[in-house]
Order: sequence, then structure tokens, then C-alpha cells
Amino acid sequence: MATVDQISATAARGAMLSAPQGRATSLAQQQRRWGWIFLSPWIFGFIVFTAAPVVASLVFTFTDFNLANAEITFVGLQNWQKLFTDPLTLTALGVTLRFAVLAVPFGILMPLGLATLLNSKYLVGKRLWRTLFYMPYIVPVVSSVFIWQSFLNGQNGWLNRILTMVGFDPPNWIQDERWILPALILIGTWGVGNAMLTILATMQGVPTELYEAAAVDGANAWVKWRRITLPMISPVIFYNLVLSVIGLMRYFEVPYIITYGTGRPGTSAYFYNMHLYKTAFTYADMGYGAALAWLIFIVSMALTIILFASARHWVYYASGD
Amino acid sequence: MATATYSKAVNTSPYYSVQLRRFGTYSIITLLTFAVAFAFLLPFANMALMSVKTPEQITASATGLIWPMEAAVFNYEGEDYTIYNVPTEDGVVHQWALVNKGRRTSEFVDPANPDAGLIPWEGNWRGLSEVSSLRPHFENFGIAWDMIDFPLLFRNTVTIAVIGMIGTLLSSICVAYAFARFPIPGKNMLFIILIGTIILPSQVTLIPTYAFFAKIGWTGTWLPLIVPHFFANAYNVFLLRQFFMTLPRELDEAAMIDGANPMQVLLRIIIPQSWAAIVAVGLFHFVFAWNDYFNPLIYLLGKPNLQVISVGVQIFNYQYGPRPQLVQATSLMALVLPLVIFFFAQKTFMRGVVITGVEK
Repeated sequence: MATVDQISATAARGAMLSAPQGRATSLAQQQRRWGWIFLSPWIFGFIVFTAAPVVASLVFTFTDFNLANAEITFVGLQNWQKLFTDPLTLTALGVTLRFAVLAVPFGILMPLGLATLLNSKYLVGKRLWRTLFYMPYIVPVVSSVFIWQSFLNGQNGWLNRILTMVGFDPPNWIQDERWILPALILIGTWGVGNAMLTILATMQGVPTELYEAAAVDGANAWVKWRRITLPMISPVIFYNLVLSVIGLMRYFEVPYIITYGTGRPGTSAYFYNMHLYKTAFTYADMGYGAALAWLIFIVSMALTIILFASARHWVYYASGD
Repeated sequence: MATATYSKAVNTSPYYSVQLRRFGTYSIITLLTFAVAFAFLLPFANMALMSVKTPEQITASATGLIWPMEAAVFNYEGEDYTIYNVPTEDGVVHQWALVNKGRRTSEFVDPANPDAGLIPWEGNWRGLSEVSSLRPHFENFGIAWDMIDFPLLFRNTVTIAVIGMIGTLLSSICVAYAFARFPIPGKNMLFIILIGTIILPSQVTLIPTYAFFAKIGWTGTWLPLIVPHFFANAYNVFLLRQFFMTLPRELDEAAMIDGANPMQVLLRIIIPQSWAAIVAVGLFHFVFAWNDYFNPLIYLLGKPNLQVISVGVQIFNYQYGPRPQLVQATSLMALVLPLVIFFFAQKTFMRGVVITGVEK
């Protein structure tokens, strides 16, 4: 009897407990199932268009793979060895890194300067200026390259006419080995809109109490900017720094279009990705192309890691996270 | 009131000097901004002016005036003669057309009174200045329009951009909804992976993706430019998720209690509150697709009928480089639509940039 009672009591208790609990788990399960359903486009896309190609391109680096005849033969480390013996690869990597060294400071200082200007309380017509400075970012790269090509033209370009007028002897930008990289930086100024906007928005979010307190302590505008604004916006500067370094490792379209795909004069504008494009698509050498892609991937990741490691010394996070 | 104003007026010097200094600061900052913006946008003016010039005007403006000037001519007995400013003894400067050129004497005709016949004039005509007037050649746009087959490029680009936009909206909304609302195991890790794809250099996926599309016969079609957008992308998901997270959950829960399933919640509760973010994502994609150069370059190689505006303009301009007015005209034609969209939706646009860029 006792056992039966016990059993039935347990059963009853079990039924009492399991009824709501069972519904609860099934509801959570249902929620989870819906979650996976909604997430599935990205999961599928990530596997097919990101994860699998990354792995596949690593495999390709060990093969001789010509798309034209669709033959794949394994060649071991041959492509990787070629990376360090192919003079064009080293040249192209050199051009890209040299350009990055010039362009990164410019790509941070110019939007920072513009944002500071647009954040000034003494500026009349802020919205108009903000729109105008952002606008070139929307211009298709093809248009902006041809617009600048004409502006920088050595014979009748306006820039050189202005420079001559004020007494300089200007170079023939795009035709001159020493001046093509600065010319590309000038063209790049049309791409600062995004960085400027994010920096400006962050500047506007700096609590005014900080400035008031500094004013009480007798700080002038420069000290306020240097000691309050700059540390407070350092996270967004860091974000833009990372994006700009990664963007430079992808840099292709502007030099490709402006040099008609040649990288001339000489190899002064023969950027890494032009070399990659030529190898993979003009010569259809997919194996070596994949090795080139992996090398720039490694360089890119190394630079990103260095940036993240340096961040802890200069990026200020207000909430400590 | 009157006394207050009066007493202020008496107490002039420090007050006015402060005002003056403030006015000075306003002017300096605003003028500085104007100067920077002027320099920044100068290439646009160069492009706009060059696109309405003839080759002769371009040559002339390389050293002279920047405007599209042209010498005025007068048609006299079936021939065009250039009009000069001709000073005469009575002290009047006439605008006459030069018919017969001579070293000592030349013969002119007065366009206002050609029936009077030729007027002899003493002096060297080379010392005279031509009468020129502003003559922009807007027909350059018509020529470029036809030569580049702008309607075809426009149709192709808009079709690709709009279908891709629908794809990225459908998929990114769903994925953002999943990240914002559902208890998926390992969600944080997945979200970090998603954001990580932003810093993954695209070269590393390029070759296998291309090989894959070539293998299934998609190269030379629009599919590689459209289909990947149906699988969400990190920027759009991030923007939408940030927006969805700000929406109160109470409304979702109320709808759930009324028996709505998550799909119905998305359609009836979440989406109607999120138009600002959805429009921003749609516009970003449209402008991205319109401006995209690399993907059409590799996937639409040798298919002029399927080509889009960016590559179309580049190919055209490589061929017609010696005609810079057409190069500038096509460059202008390619940027009009994105710029118009931007000006009409600039608030939505810039807020979207700020959400993706600042809130990380």
C-alpha cells in the first residue's frame, strides 16, 4: 500500500511539475528553433561565401590550378616559395605598404581636423558643411577617379594652374613616379566622409560637464581638445584606424583605373591587389593567386593584431569595458 | 527697459570688444571652413565645366579663362567671320567682323548693318581683341548618352541594385531579428564571428568564390552580383540589430500572448517601428551596388549587354580618353543618381553611418 501510495504520490507530483515545466521547455525550444530559422540565411551565407572559400583558398595555395583547363595538381609549397622569389610580388607589397604609411596618418588626421572644425561652436551653417564634406563619399569611385584625373592633369588641370599661379613648379602628378602616391592620397581625401561623421558624432557625445570643469580650471581651447576631446573619442579613432588599415590592404580600384591597369609609371603604382588581379584573372593562375591572397590576409591580420594590442595603451574606454 | 539699454550703451568698451571678438571668431572659423570646402569640392567644378566644352575650348582654357568661351562669328555672304573689337577715330569701339585681313589695312563688315558693305580700317588687325561669349555645349551629354548607351547601363544597374537590395533587406532583417530577440545557444560567439567578417580581407575568399561561380556557370550573368546579398551582411545586420534592441519588448510579448508567432511579431510589430533603419539599409545597399566596380569587372567581363554603369563608364573612358569632355560628361552622369538620393535622404543616411560606426 505504502509503496503504491508513494508511487502514485510521486507520479502525481511528477505530473504536477512536469506539466508546466514541459510546456516551458517546449516554449524555449520553440523560441530557439525560430531563432535558428531566422539566423539560417546568415549561417548558410557564412559557410558558403566566407568559411568554405577561406579554407578552399588555403587548399588552392598548394596547387597548380588553372581555371581555363580546370586541372588541379598539388605542387606542395611551390606557390609559397614563389611569393618570396617573385620580384613583382615584393615590389607590389612594397608599394602597398609604403602607400599605407603615407595614407593612414592622412586618413585619420584629415577627418579628425574636419570633425573638429564642424564641432566648433563658432561655425555658422554646420549642417550644410557636414553634408558637403560627406558628399564625395557617395560619388562612384569610377567617376571620382576620372574627375581627379582631369583635375590633376599636368597640362590643363586646375591644381597645377593654381600652383603655378602662386609660384610653384608643380609636378605632373599621375605621370611622375615620385608624385603618383601623393596624387592617390589627394584622391583619397574624397573618402574621408564616413570617418569624419563617426568622429563628429562621438565628439558631440562628449559630456559638456567635462569641458565646464576644465574651463573652471582655466584650460584653453587647445588643452580642452588635447586632454578631453581626444581621449574621449579615442575609441572611434581606433575603429577608423582599423578600418583604414584594412581598407588599404584591399586598395585596388583607384590605382587600377587611373593607371589603366598598368601600375605605371614604372611600378610606382603597381599595388598588391593589381598584381593579385592580374595573376588570378589575366593569367588565370588561381593557385598562385590564392597564395597571394593568403599573404595579404596574413599581413592584414598581423597589422590588425598589432593595432588591437596597442589599443590598450592609448584607447580610453569610459566604462572600463 | 529704456534705462537698461541706456546703461548698457554707456558701459560700452568691454562689452563691445567681447562681442567683436566673438564675431571675429565666428568669421574666422566659418571662412576657414568655407576655404577648405571650396578646395575640397573644386574638382567637381572642373568636371562640370569641362563636360560642356569643345576640345578647342579645353585647349583654350588650359591657359586662358576657365569658362567655355567661344569667339563670336558673323555669317557674311555664306562665310563665317570672327568678330573683333575695333576702335575707330571717333573714339567708339565697334564690334565688326573681319572679312579681309591685311597688314596695314583690313576690311570689316558691321553685323548690325551688313548691307552697308565693307568698311576699310587702318591698323594691324592682330592687335585687336576677339569678341567672345559664353557658349556651353550641353549637347556633349546627348552625345555621351547615346555613345555609352546610357539607358541600357542604367537599366542593368538599377535592376541589379534593386534585386540585391530586396535580398539584403529580407535576409538582414531576419538575421538581425534573430540576434536581437532569440535565445540561441552561442549567440554572442556567433555575433563576434559576424562582426569579424568586417575585418576579413575580401581577397581571401575571392578566388574560390570566383572558381565556384565559374564552375556552376554563373560568370557572365548577374547572379554573382545578386545572389550573395540574399544571405545578409555584417554591417546591415549590425545596424538593424542595434535598432531592434531599442524597441520595447512589451509589445512583442503582448502580441505573443494574443497568439502571434514570431514571424507575425516581426511583420506587425518590429518592422512597422523600424522604417528609419530599414530605409537606411536599403539606401546603403543601393548606393553600394550602384558604385560597385570590382564585382562587375570580374563577373561581367565581355558581356557589354549586361554591363553596369561603373564598368561601362570606365571602358568608355579608356576608349575616349582623347575626348575629355565626354569622359567628364559620363563621370557626371554616373554620379547624379546616388547624389540625388543622398541629398533627399541625407538625415537617414548619416544617422545610419553613425549607428554602425559609433556604437560598436
